[in-house]
Amino acid sequence: MIEIVWLIPFLPLIAFVLITFLVGKNRMVSALTAILAMAGSLIISVGLAVQVMSFGITMEHPREFAIKWLQLPGLYLEMGVLIDPLTVIMLLVVTLISLLVFIYSVGYMAHDPGFSRYFSYLALFTFSMLGLVIANNYFQMFVFWELVGLSSYLLIGFWYQKNSASAANKKAFITNRVADFGFLLGIIILFLYFGTFNCGQLAGAIGASADLNFLTLAGVLVFIGPVGKSGQFPLHVWLPDAMEGPTPVSALIHAATMVAAGVYLIARGYILFASSAETLQIIAVIGGWTAFFAASIALVQQDMKRILAYSTLSQLGYMVMAMGVGSMTAGMFHLTTHAFFKALLFLGAGSAIHALHEQNIMKMGGLYKHMKITTYTMLIAALAIAGVPPLAGFWSKDEILTAAFTHGNYNLFILALVTAFMTAFYMFRMVFLAFYGERRGEGSHIPHESPLIMTIPLMILAFFSIVSGFIGLPFLENGFSTWVYFHEPHHTVVNWGIMLSSVGVGLLGIYLAWLMYYQKSISAAKVAQTFPGIYKLLYNKYYIDEIYSWLFEHIVLKLAAAFNWTDRHLVDGMAHAIADGTRLIGRKLRLAQTGNLQTYALVLFAAVVLLILLAGSPVLGGVR
Amino acid sequence: MITLTHYLILSAILFCIGLFGALSKKNAVAILLCIELMLNAVNINLVAFSRYLTPAEFDGHVFAIFIIVVAAAEVALALAIIIAIFRQRNTSVVANLHWLKW
Repeated sequence: MIEIVWLIPFLPLIAFVLITFLVGKNRMVSALTAILAMAGSLIISVGLAVQVMSFGITMEHPREFAIKWLQLPGLYLEMGVLIDPLTVIMLLVVTLISLLVFIYSVGYMAHDPGFSRYFSYLALFTFSMLGLVIANNYFQMFVFWELVGLSSYLLIGFWYQKNSASAANKKAFITNRVADFGFLLGIIILFLYFGTFNCGQLAGAIGASADLNFLTLAGVLVFIGPVGKSGQFPLHVWLPDAMEGPTPVSALIHAATMVAAGVYLIARGYILFASSAETLQIIAVIGGWTAFFAASIALVQQDMKRILAYSTLSQLGYMVMAMGVGSMTAGMFHLTTHAFFKALLFLGAGSAIHALHEQNIMKMGGLYKHMKITTYTMLIAALAIAGVPPLAGFWSKDEILTAAFTHGNYNLFILALVTAFMTAFYMFRMVFLAFYGERRGEGSHIPHESPLIMTIPLMILAFFSIVSGFIGLPFLENGFSTWVYFHEPHHTVVNWGIMLSSVGVGLLGIYLAWLMYYQKSISAAKVAQTFPGIYKLLYNKYYIDEIYSWLFEHIVLKLAAAFNWTDRHLVDGMAHAIADGTRLIGRKLRLAQTGNLQTYALVLFAAVVLLILLAGSPVLGGVR
Repeated sequence: MITLTHYLILSAILFCIGLFGALSKKNAVAILLCIELMLNAVNINLVAFSRYLTPAEFDGHVFAIFIIVVAAAEVALALAIIIAIFRQRNTSVVANLHWLKW
């Protein structure tokens, strides 16, 4: 298996080519091609995981294959594969969730005219994502990183006839480009300083380097990449808008894979960030703040997918914060468990939206009676994300909280704890409003359960949402922390205090949501009226979009206008002046050509006389 | 006694008359005649130099004969061109022959 690892990204690529050029006419064959390719990738990934375990491939002793891609003086680029437990975990998560989303999409997109195009984009996306995961050097990673951006652009704007969708995909692409620029600058200065793009060689060089200022600069620059891709504050604005795409796309891209790429990059280049305490501090603060900030926005949103989008931002903030407080293991562990339950939440939401054609939770309600499977799986996912043991989210969240606590940054720890409370609250607010109570929407259309092709992926994801946390139980001897780690495997200590407080705030959040939205013994409207300022601030997402558009309108556009003027009048002016001058001289000189033979002869003669005078006169340096 | 200087002055006068004519005459045939005048001035020059400076050699004479031959060929060609132009444009006034001008 280890020799054919390159097939993992290439199978989806083949599917993409086949669907685009060959079988695109037939809807079911297109879907089948994509699903089979994905299943192949998943099987190879599982085989790889088994081999990695049995071959004793660890974080310190990865396996690497590479071929030469481009060689120029002073520049060597390779395309390669780097296999270590980190790669394997990512491969398993990405291929498994992609496969489930592919299958689910067959049901969800059944009536869409762009069915084949949808599957070709999905295949292209998974190709890019898997290529990114197995990359053995940062340049290759950057190439696939951009491809991921491109395919997410295509998928967000899948319904391009909708104005909001085409605006959202542009926003996503541009925001990501801003961040990618930081990432590119980072790897370029690393290359200039150390002379290589290779992950392993760079890790060695960084470990041996003592130039702290340079490492901090490079670390912060590279970190800008994940800030964009993983939706960290202040470049998070694209992710909620990206919900304009089809719901399975949101599940795939904006829950489990693309946004995880940023976290994965931090994990892959962890030595760079870990070498500077300041970089880690910045990462931790941005992650912690994003977690809190996004969770607070999610408290008051009414669009089901937007709640999930802000919840994703918040959970990504958790992962980034875990990286920042020094626990790469906790971040990756949360990435893994989060991928399952967040994909489940999105797909469940998709199932509900599919049944009702309605996204506003205020107009939903009562789905419990009609959609049992969706409701139960959603409930499992919500319990998992709220951190109720023994579901997956509890274990990974607990590890992050423990890491923040042992790191000694109690402000971050409290922030994370408050976020955990808010997470439980907004999640159950959504569940109670959408699935319980009475139907509030108009229309006599009775919702019915989605077809099996949609509910089976939900059940599989629900299974993983329950059990995926067990691979990293703090009681285990050979758990997750002994596979994916930085420096040395550490055994997480069981801290009962933190565990109890995390469960406590989670249950408190659920209880409060139950009181407010199920029992209605506390009026939600009254709470909102008590704090009108805060409610308005949260409802309008801290006015970040407004601030950006103001900045854009008043500063960026003005600046652009100034540059435009300079370019048109100074730079172009210079070029135009040269051209105009030449033309003017030509027009004047043309008159010298009279066409009269005798004039020419006269000039000729005069010139000869002049030459003879010059050559004959010693004063002018002629012959003596 | 006629010296080299006399010949040279004669040749210079002849050359100047030819040049003036070539630059000022209107008719192409007249210009051709004036050019012949200039060539002949050169011939006088060459023969005079040959006679006075290297009496034993015939370099100058040979050159002069060459020039006469070339001049004959040139006249034949130039007259043919002038006649062709005259047939086409009905004029042989050089001031009107400026089609090369843009």
